[in-house]
Amino acid sequence: MLTEPTQAYPLPDTLREKIDQVLETHDYDYTQIVGILLEVQDLNERHYIPEPVAYYIAYRLDMRVTNVYDIINFYSELSDKPRAKYPIQVCSSIACRVNDSASLAATLKDILSIDFGETTYDGRFTLEKVTCFGACDRAPAVRINGHVYDHLDSRAKIEHLLASLD
Amino acid sequence: MNNKVSFLTQNFGKYDTSSIDSYMKIGGFSALRKAVKMEGEDIATLIAENKVRGRGGAEYDMGRKWSQARKVPGNNHIIICNADEGETTTFKDRELIKNDPFNLIEAMIIAAYVMRATDGYIYMRAEYACFRPLLLNAIRQAHKYGFLGKNILGIEGFDYEIHLYSGAGAYVCGEGTALIRSIEGKAGRPRMKPPFVKVSGAFARPTCLQNVESLSLVPHLLLDDEKVYQSYGVGDSVGTKMISVGGNVRHPGAFEIPFGTTVRDIIYGLAGGIQGDRKIRLIQFGGASGKIATDDILDTPYTYQDLRAHGVMVGSGALCVVDERTSVIDFLRINQDFFSEESCGQCTPCREGNLHIKIILDKIKAGTATKEDIAVMEKIARVMSMSSLCGLGETAQNTLRSAIEVFPEVFAVGGAEA
Ligand SMILES: Cc1cc2nc3c(=O)[nH]c(=O)nc-3n(C[C@H](O)[C@H](O)[C@H](O)COP(=O)(O)O)c2cc1C
Ligand code: SF4
Ligand code: FES
Repeated sequence: MLTEPTQAYPLPDTLREKIDQVLETHDYDYTQIVGILLEVQDLNERHYIPEPVAYYIAYRLDMRVTNVYDIINFYSELSDKPRAKYPIQVCSSIACRVNDSASLAATLKDILSIDFGETTYDGRFTLEKVTCFGACDRAPAVRINGHVYDHLDSRAKIEHLLASLD
Repeated sequence: MNNKVSFLTQNFGKYDTSSIDSYMKIGGFSALRKAVKMEGEDIATLIAENKVRGRGGAEYDMGRKWSQARKVPGNNHIIICNADEGETTTFKDRELIKNDPFNLIEAMIIAAYVMRATDGYIYMRAEYACFRPLLLNAIRQAHKYGFLGKNILGIEGFDYEIHLYSGAGAYVCGEGTALIRSIEGKAGRPRMKPPFVKVSGAFARPTCLQNVESLSLVPHLLLDDEKVYQSYGVGDSVGTKMISVGGNVRHPGAFEIPFGTTVRDIIYGLAGGIQGDRKIRLIQFGGASGKIATDDILDTPYTYQDLRAHGVMVGSGALCVVDERTSVIDFLRINQDFFSEESCGQCTPCREGNLHIKIILDKIKAGTATKEDIAVMEKIARVMSMSSLCGLGETAQNTLRSAIEVFPEVFAVGGAEA
C-alpha cells in the first residue's frame, strides 16, 4: 500500500498528538484536507509540511500520498519546503502595486538582504510574492502568518514591524 | 451628494457579531420565520421581482437560478456560499462577513428551505481565516437555538447543517467546479460542463452556488414590506450594490451605493478623489478579469446597462483607479502577472496564452515589439476567450482586449521590422 512508508518515518509523539488533535477537530474527514494541511503546516515553526507529516496524514485519512502532494503543490498557501518563522507575503497585484508596494518590497529586500523566494540565514524571514490578499484598501501591506500589517509607506515603519516580530 | 445608503448594510454596527441574542434583539431570524411560512417558489419570485443579479461577477438572474435549482429532483441539495473573493481590488464580501455574519447564516438557512438542501458550505479564502472563529461561533449558536440541525423551527424533515471550508490561495477556486473539487478534498482544477452543478455539483448532488453578497440580500428583501429596496436604483438595475474602491484614491473602501450613482460621485465623493489631485489614467471595473475605461466614464451612472454601454461591467463590484503615474503597459503587465500566476495550467489556451502574452507585453514595454507581435497577441487573446476550459482563461484577457480598444496608440508600434 502507498501509505505504508509511515512506519519508516516515525514522528515524535508530541507532534503526532498535535496532528491528531487537528484531525480530530476535522472529524478525520478527508474532504477537509485543505483546512487540515493549513493548520498542520502552522504546527511547524517553519510553516511547512515535512514529508513524514504528509505520509502520516495520508495514512490517517486513508488517502494516497500522491493526492496529498497534489494538494500541497496546487495551493499556493501550502508548502512542502521549509519557510521562515515569519514568511513575509508582499502583494504584487494592482491596487497595491500602484500604491508603491515595489518600494516596500525593495526596502524589505535591502534590510533582509534576500530576494523573493529566499530565507534569511537565521530562518526568521522569507520574502514571498503573492497575489491580492484582500487588503487592497490598506496598501501597501504585508501579510505575516495570517496577520495583515498595513500602510507600510516608510523605512522606519518597516523596520519597526520587523523588530516587533520577536 | 447623498450616495451612501444602508439597505444591505443596515445591520452593520447594530449588534454584537459574536452573540445570537444580540442579533435576535434587532430582529434576527425573523426573515427565516417569515420564509418558512411561504412557498419556496414565492421566495424565488420575490428575488426575481427585485431583479437581483448574482454579485460574484457573472451577473446571472438570481431568482431564476433559485427557481431552476428547486425544480431539480432530489432531497439532498447543497447550498454553497462563495466567499473566495479572489478578484483583485475586491473586498466587499469581507465587510459583509465581518460586520454581519449572522445575516449570512440566516440567508443560507432560507436558501436551504427554498432548495430543500440538507448541507450548506461556506467556502472562504484562506486570507480571511481571521473571520473563521466569528463564523464558526455563529454556526454553533444557530445550532444551539434550533436554527440548524434537525427539524429546524419544529418543521418535520427540515434538516440542515452548515460547514465552513477553507481555500488555500488559489483564485481559480472561485470558479464553481474548481470550488466544488476543493470542497471534495481535491486540488481545485476546474472541470468541463455539463454536467452543470445545479444538477450534479458537490458530491454529485444538486448544488446552488451563490456569492456572499447575493445571499446576504435575501433576509432583507423578505422583510422589506415597504419595498424600500425597489425605491433605489434606475431602470433594470434595481436596488443597491456593494462596491469596493481601491488604487490611487484617497479613501479606498467598501461602500453600499444605490444603482445609478455616477462613477464621479463614487470616486470623487465616496472615495475622496485621487491622491495628490493627479489625473486618472484608467479605471478597471470588476477586478483583474474586468475591463477598463478612461475618465470619460466619470459621468456614467453605475448600472449594469450603462456600464456595459461604456464597454465595462459591474462584475465583482471592484473599481481600481490608476492615476497618471502608471503607464497603460505597466498596468497591463501587472495585471498579466496575476493570471500567469493563477492559471491552473490544465488547458493549453490559458496556460500557453498567458505565457506568450506576457512575453509580448514585455517586448512592447522594451520597444521591441513588431506589428506581427501585436497581431499574434490579439489572436491569442481571442482564442483564449473562445477555447479555454473555464472562466479564468475565458476572461483573463478582458483587460487587454479592452485596453486595445481604449488606448489604440499604445499598441501602434514599429512595424518596420514586421
Ligand atoms: C476564475 C473565477 C473566479 C471566480 N471567483 C469568484 C469569487 O471569488 N467569488 C464569487 O462569488 N464568485 C466568483 N466567481 C464566479 C462564480 O463562479 C459564480 O458565478 C458565482 O459564485 C455565483 O454566485 P452569484 O450568482 O451569486 O454571483 C469566479 C468565477 C471564475 C471563473
Ligand atoms: S482556463 Fe486556465 S484556469 Fe481554467 S482550467 Fe484552463 S488552465 Fe486552468
Ligand atoms: S491588490 Fe494587494 S491586497 Fe488586493
